[in-house]
Amino acid sequence: MKPSTFKKGLHPEDYKYFSRNQAIETLPLPDDVYLPLQQHIGAPCVPLVKKGDRVKTGQIIANSEAYVSAPVHASVTGIVRDIEKYYHPLGMRETMIHIQRDGEDEWEYLEKIRDWKWTPKEQLLKTVRDAGIVGLGGATFPTHVKLNPPDDKPIDSFILNGVECEPYLTADDRLMIEQADKILLGMAIMMHILDVQKGYIGIENNKPEAIARMQKRIVELGYPFKLVPLKVKYPQGAEKMLIYSVLKRRVPAGRLPMDVGVVVNNVATALAVAEAVTEAKPLIQRVITVTGDGVNQPKNLMARVGTPFTELFKACGNVKDNVHRIFMGGPMMGMTQYHLESPVIKGSSGIVAVSGDLVEELVTFPCIHCGACVKACPMNLLPLRISRFGQRGMVEQLDEYGVTNCIECGSCAFACPANIPLVQWIKVGKLRLREYNAKRAKEKA
Amino acid sequence: MTEEKRSPQSGGETRPAEDPGKTAPAPAAETEKPKKNLRSRLFRSERMTIVEPAPHAKGKNSVPRIMYTVILALLPAVVLSLFLFGTRAMITIMVAVFAAMVAEYASNRIMKSTVSVDDGSAILTGLLLALTLPPGFPIAGTALGAVVAIVFGKQVFGGLGANIFNPALIGRAFLQASFPVKITTWSMPAFAAKGVYFDMATKNAVDGISGATPLGLLKFEHIGTQLKPLLFGNIGGCIGETSAIALLIGGILLLILKYADWRIPLSYIGTVFVFSGALWLINPELYPNPLFMVLSGGLILGAFFMATDMVTSPVTPLGTWIYGIGMGIVLVIIRIWGGLPEGVMYSILFMNGLVPLLNRWTRPKYFGEIQEEKKK
Repeated sequence: MKPSTFKKGLHPEDYKYFSRNQAIETLPLPDDVYLPLQQHIGAPCVPLVKKGDRVKTGQIIANSEAYVSAPVHASVTGIVRDIEKYYHPLGMRETMIHIQRDGEDEWEYLEKIRDWKWTPKEQLLKTVRDAGIVGLGGATFPTHVKLNPPDDKPIDSFILNGVECEPYLTADDRLMIEQADKILLGMAIMMHILDVQKGYIGIENNKPEAIARMQKRIVELGYPFKLVPLKVKYPQGAEKMLIYSVLKRRVPAGRLPMDVGVVVNNVATALAVAEAVTEAKPLIQRVITVTGDGVNQPKNLMARVGTPFTELFKACGNVKDNVHRIFMGGPMMGMTQYHLESPVIKGSSGIVAVSGDLVEELVTFPCIHCGACVKACPMNLLPLRISRFGQRGMVEQLDEYGVTNCIECGSCAFACPANIPLVQWIKVGKLRLREYNAKRAKEKA
Repeated sequence: MTEEKRSPQSGGETRPAEDPGKTAPAPAAETEKPKKNLRSRLFRSERMTIVEPAPHAKGKNSVPRIMYTVILALLPAVVLSLFLFGTRAMITIMVAVFAAMVAEYASNRIMKSTVSVDDGSAILTGLLLALTLPPGFPIAGTALGAVVAIVFGKQVFGGLGANIFNPALIGRAFLQASFPVKITTWSMPAFAAKGVYFDMATKNAVDGISGATPLGLLKFEHIGTQLKPLLFGNIGGCIGETSAIALLIGGILLLILKYADWRIPLSYIGTVFVFSGALWLINPELYPNPLFMVLSGGLILGAFFMATDMVTSPVTPLGTWIYGIGMGIVLVIIRIWGGLPEGVMYSILFMNGLVPLLNRWTRPKYFGEIQEEKKK
C-alpha cells in the first residue's frame, strides 16, 4: 500500500541516527528547577506559593481561573527560592518559580480515579486539567480544552500524532517503542472522553520499529485503532497536514480541526493523560531528545520540567568545542538558545546542538522569483509575495493572500536558494495585519 | 560546567549573549567554580553560539549554484557552436561575457550596491546574449549589447531579481533595432557550405560565406529546409540556436534538476506545435510543417533557457501555463503573419511584461480556501 501523504512539502535530511537507538534514560533529579508561569497557550498562571515555602513534587504552585489555561506543578521537592524573571527558552525573559531541591522526592498525587471507564467525563476532564496537561508536541495548547469541543461540533475521529517529522528529534519514536501500552491507554481514555469511535495513529515511515511495536500492541490488546503509516515528508506532523494525510479532510482556512470533526493529540500527551488518570501523576516530566553532532553522547532523556539545559548536556557528556548553535525543538521551527540555563518546559521536545559542519552561515541574495518556496509551501501560499508584503506592511494584500494560514513550518525558508528569512517576514506580516485589524476595530467602535 | 567546554572557536562565528550590561565576566571568572547564586550564573556572558531564527536546516540550492548550472547546461550548445562557426563564435561569446561582467561590476560600484559579479548572473546574461547573435557580428556591437543588457535590462530595475524583462533579450532587442542589417547577416557553418569537415585552426571558413536562416529562406524565398540538419545544427543561424539536440541535452538537465519549470517549455513548444499544426492541416502548401516550426530558429533555446529565466517567469502553476501558451501564440503569429522571420525574442519579451499581472491573477487557492467559500 502506498503510504498516505499530503501535497507539496519537502524532504530535509533527518539526522535521527544520532539518538534513534538510545533508550530513554531518566535524568537524575536536578538541584534547581525553574518553572515558567506560562508554559501553555492561554491565560498565564498566578503563583500560589511565595518565597521560602516548601513544596512537594506534584504540588500545584501556580494556577489560573481562566478556562484556557493549565496549572504548573512543582517538579521537585524543595524550597521556593525566588519568583523572578529568568531566561525562557522561547526567547523572552519570563517570570519563573525557582525551586531548590532539598533531598528526597516526596510526591503529592492528584485525586485518584478508580476506573476511568465508569467515571463521568467531567471528572476526567478535571483530572486532565489538574494534571496540567498541554499538547506536548510543541504547541502546548491545553489538552482539556481540546478534549471538550462545543456541542455544535460533532467529533467523529481521533488522530494520535506519532509523526515526529522534525529532523533530529526521536523522543516520540522512543516513547512509542518503550511505552506503547500506556500511549494506547491514553488514547483510549481521550477517545472515551470525546466519545469517539474511530481512532487513527499516524506514524511516519522512517520509524519501522515504532510502527511494528504499536501495531503489535494494538492487536494484542484488542484496541479498535487503525495505524496509518505515512510518507516521510516535512511537515507531515503539522495538524492540518496530518488530518489531510490520514482522512483526506481539509481543515477550512482559519478554522480548527474540530470543524471537520477531528481531534489530534501527540503521543507524549497520550502518555501524560494515561499517567494522570491511572496513576494520578501530574505532568512534571517529559522525554526530551538531546542530540546533534555537537553533543558527545546524544540521548533521549526523561527530564523533570524546569531542569536547566546545562543539566541535560552534562548527562550527555557535554557539548563539543565546535558547537555552532543550540536550539530547542527541531531545526525547522526550533528557537536558538542564547542561554543554557533556560529550563525545559512542557513543550520542549528536543534540544539540539549542531556544529558548523551541518549548519553554515549563509549569504542572502535578492529574491529571483524561482518559486521554490511556492513549490514547498504545504499550505499552498505564495511565501515570496506575503513575505514581501509583510516587509512593506501592505496589510490589505497580506489579508488577500491569506497570511494568517501560514503554519510557520519553515519549508519556504528551507527551500529558498537566496536564503531569505521568509518565515520571519511572514511573522512580521501577521503581526502587522493583527495590529491593523485591532486598530480598525477600535475605530469602528 | 558546560560553559567552559564551549569555548568559542573563532571570532567570526560567535556573538556575545544578550544583556551584556548586566554581566561581569572577567576571563578569570571562567575557571572559578560556578557560584550558587543563580543571577551571576544566568548573566554570565561569554561569547556564545549563534542566535538566529529558524529554520536551522537549509536546502542545498543557492542562487550562484542555479546560475552556474544553467551556464553548464548551455555548454553543449557552446561547444557545438565553436565547431560550427570557429573562432568568430568564440570571440563573440568571450566579448559578450566579459562586457557583461564589467558592466555588472561598474553598475555595482556606481549604485553602491554589493558587488554581484560572482553570483554568475552577469556571465549567464552575456552568454545568452552571445548565443542569440550571428557569428559574424561586430565585436563592438556585441560589447555594446552586453552593456545594454546588464545596465538597462537589469541594473536600472535594481539588480538581480528586480528586472521585468529578460536582460539578454533586452540587449538583443537593442542590437536588432540598432544594427538591423548586421544582425541578420548569417554565416553558414562550414559543413553546410562545403559539405566537408574543415580544420578550424588553419582556416577560418566562416568569414565571407553568408547565407540565410531556414526561417528567412521560408519567409522571403519560400524554400523549405529538411529536418535533419535542423536537429544537428548544420544550418545557418545564430551562434547558439542552430542545433536542437545540443540545446535539448542542456534543457533536459535543467528540467531534471528542477532549475527550469517543465511547464514552460512544454506549453510554449506545445502551443507552437499545435497552433502551426492546425494551420498546416488547413493549407500545407502555404503554411510550414509544425515540426519545422518547432526545430527551426531560436525556439528551443528560447523555450528552455530564456523563457524559463526564473526572474521573469511566473511563480504560480496556472500563471506558468498561461505564460507558455501566450508565448507560443505570439511566436506563431509573428513568424507567419508578421514582418520578421523570427519572433522568439519578442514573444518572450511580450509575455515577460505580463508576468507581474499573471502572478497576481493566478494566485493559487490556499489550503482550505475552497471549502470556506462553499460554506458561505
